[in-house]
Amino acid sequence: MSTITTPPPATKAPIANTLTTGILPKPVPWILLGVCWLIVGAVFGILLAAGANDSYNIIGAIFFGTVLWVIVNYIVSRSYEGARPAMNRFVTSLVSLAFLVALLPLISLLYTTISNGIPRFDLSFFSGSMRNVVGEGGGALHAIVGTLEITGMATLISVPVGLLTAIYLVEYGRGHLARGITFLVDVMTGIPSIVAGLFAFAFFALILNQPGIRFGFGGAVALSVLMIPVVVRSSEEMLKLVPNELREASYALGVPKWLTIVKVVLPTSIAGITTGVMLAISRVIGETAPLLIIAGFTQSMNYNLFNERMMTLPVFVYTQYANQGIPAEAYIDRAWAGALTLVVIVMLLNLIARIVAKVFSPKLGR
Amino acid sequence: MTTAPAKPEAPRPIKAKQRPGDAIFSASTVVAGSLILVVLAAVAIFLVAQSIPAFTAGPDDLKGGAPNFWAYVGPLVFGTVWAAFLALLIAVPLAIGIALFISHYAPRKLAQGLGYVIDLLAAVPSVVFGLWGITVLAPFVQPFWSTLVDLFGWFPLFAGPVSGTGRTILTVAIVLAVMILPIVTALCREIFLQTPKLHEEAALALGATRWEMIRTAVLPFGRPGIVSASMLGLGRALGETMAVAMVLSPQVLISFALLQSTNPTTIAANIALNFPEAHGVGVNVLIATGLILFVITFAVNFIARAIVNRRKAFSGAN
Repeated sequence: MSTITTPPPATKAPIANTLTTGILPKPVPWILLGVCWLIVGAVFGILLAAGANDSYNIIGAIFFGTVLWVIVNYIVSRSYEGARPAMNRFVTSLVSLAFLVALLPLISLLYTTISNGIPRFDLSFFSGSMRNVVGEGGGALHAIVGTLEITGMATLISVPVGLLTAIYLVEYGRGHLARGITFLVDVMTGIPSIVAGLFAFAFFALILNQPGIRFGFGGAVALSVLMIPVVVRSSEEMLKLVPNELREASYALGVPKWLTIVKVVLPTSIAGITTGVMLAISRVIGETAPLLIIAGFTQSMNYNLFNERMMTLPVFVYTQYANQGIPAEAYIDRAWAGALTLVVIVMLLNLIARIVAKVFSPKLGR
Repeated sequence: MTTAPAKPEAPRPIKAKQRPGDAIFSASTVVAGSLILVVLAAVAIFLVAQSIPAFTAGPDDLKGGAPNFWAYVGPLVFGTVWAAFLALLIAVPLAIGIALFISHYAPRKLAQGLGYVIDLLAAVPSVVFGLWGITVLAPFVQPFWSTLVDLFGWFPLFAGPVSGTGRTILTVAIVLAVMILPIVTALCREIFLQTPKLHEEAALALGATRWEMIRTAVLPFGRPGIVSASMLGLGRALGETMAVAMVLSPQVLISFALLQSTNPTTIAANIALNFPEAHGVGVNVLIATGLILFVITFAVNFIARAIVNRRKAFSGAN
């Protein structure tokens, strides 16, 4: 390492630690960052005073200050430590910035959703439908009921199919069929959601011979097409984690294979499977496009999955925004309140899923 | 002579008892597995069946008066691929950076939590992304776009006049990039973590800095993984509907300009915007465009998965 062979300074200094000579002290990059922010902040302040901007641009100041820091940090390190450590510092700062940049949209999105959604996030939003509502007021109860029914139905279809497929792949499947299913399940995760909606529409329009069909069950089928591969993948991973010793011990006691799976393998992996299913639900509950196509939209309550159009929460958000009436704010506020409800549901599902995975997973380690 | 008669038969080979429970259970798992193949085939079959009338549709049935179906779908395919490509251009470098940060830079204890944070982005519904893009992102980036047009307007991609609302295809590409970031990051992270520890330690022992270790050990090992992760991200971006439908004002044209107010739209957004009012052959035309989207994404995903699977076979890491 070049750092170790750096010749000692000409003046007689006390013996330095050879491992740290030639390396910038730890706080230096942070001090540089502060200095860069101050400089750029001052420049923006001067611009403000000169009247170039009409308000202080704090986001711009931080952004350009950070860019300046990346460059200054590289130059300082290069002149003191050499080219290779300087490159290392440069890449480290870029990589850390990439992570921070990715956090910005998440924070901004959550902040806007909460601050815009709160005004209409009230009791009437959860207690009424949009029937005969023009302008202000109204609620999304019909959409919430629709979302719960359609997603629940999709879960009822996907979980048995997905779980049995995962069991087949892990416990029974050998040869071409198993390999083909694994591969196609992977490919199926990539089906665009709108294509799933078109499929459900094409299927039911042909089978039931109604060219303009719209009903909730079709939405459930479309969501199942999206959900099954996710359930299969996650359950498969979980079933694979069950130690073979458990199965062999069960066989040795004379338990048939299917009872081994039902009584030993599934209970061991049930926490992981539950987590996977909840994450799959949280993925499909926010799908808009397929439901827009096959479930349609309506202003009134509809409890029947098999008849008539059915509103869902994502479609509610979309239609409130897309077809604004007068006053427009009422519609936009409702859209944001719907978005907030959706985000809360999805985040809760995610959180509960993680907790279930943490608390109920079997302790395999000794 | 009253003992039981000696059995002349040879001892039979021991066979497990055939239980009906076993047969039923294993048969039902096979049925469930095959159902997936059936569904995938059904998606293709029903889309084809419903889109046959569209291929012979005339100008009367096609929106915008295109002479035939292929002239109608051409600009849409262009818009779809173009928007997805731009999104990929933004997302992949960022995703590699984040994946490296989580796998090799962040403190061990924090790493998993940071991974969850990025995964949260994947959980946000697309319609919320659309709302955010139109109300927050578009006004925020508009000044940057107009500066860009002022400074680099001579470059064809940034040709003016700039859109006054910020609702341009570049804004859409940013929203799409944010949406595909989690999946690309998650896959890259997994691949980077699979790098043989001995390779990394050997590089460090030879005096490499952390970046040199990553460049010489981690990135070469992960390259096929990065390629396939990008393609899976591309598949997602191709099929993304609501963000595009909400942020862009619908136009059907071919244009490379990034910052103007007329932008090419995508297949998925076009379907979502026109399907509720479509009737007659119009429905078939939209389903046929959906079929083309299905074929494109299927091909992209197929190639990506094939790369991943080939990689798994000889990576030695798992």
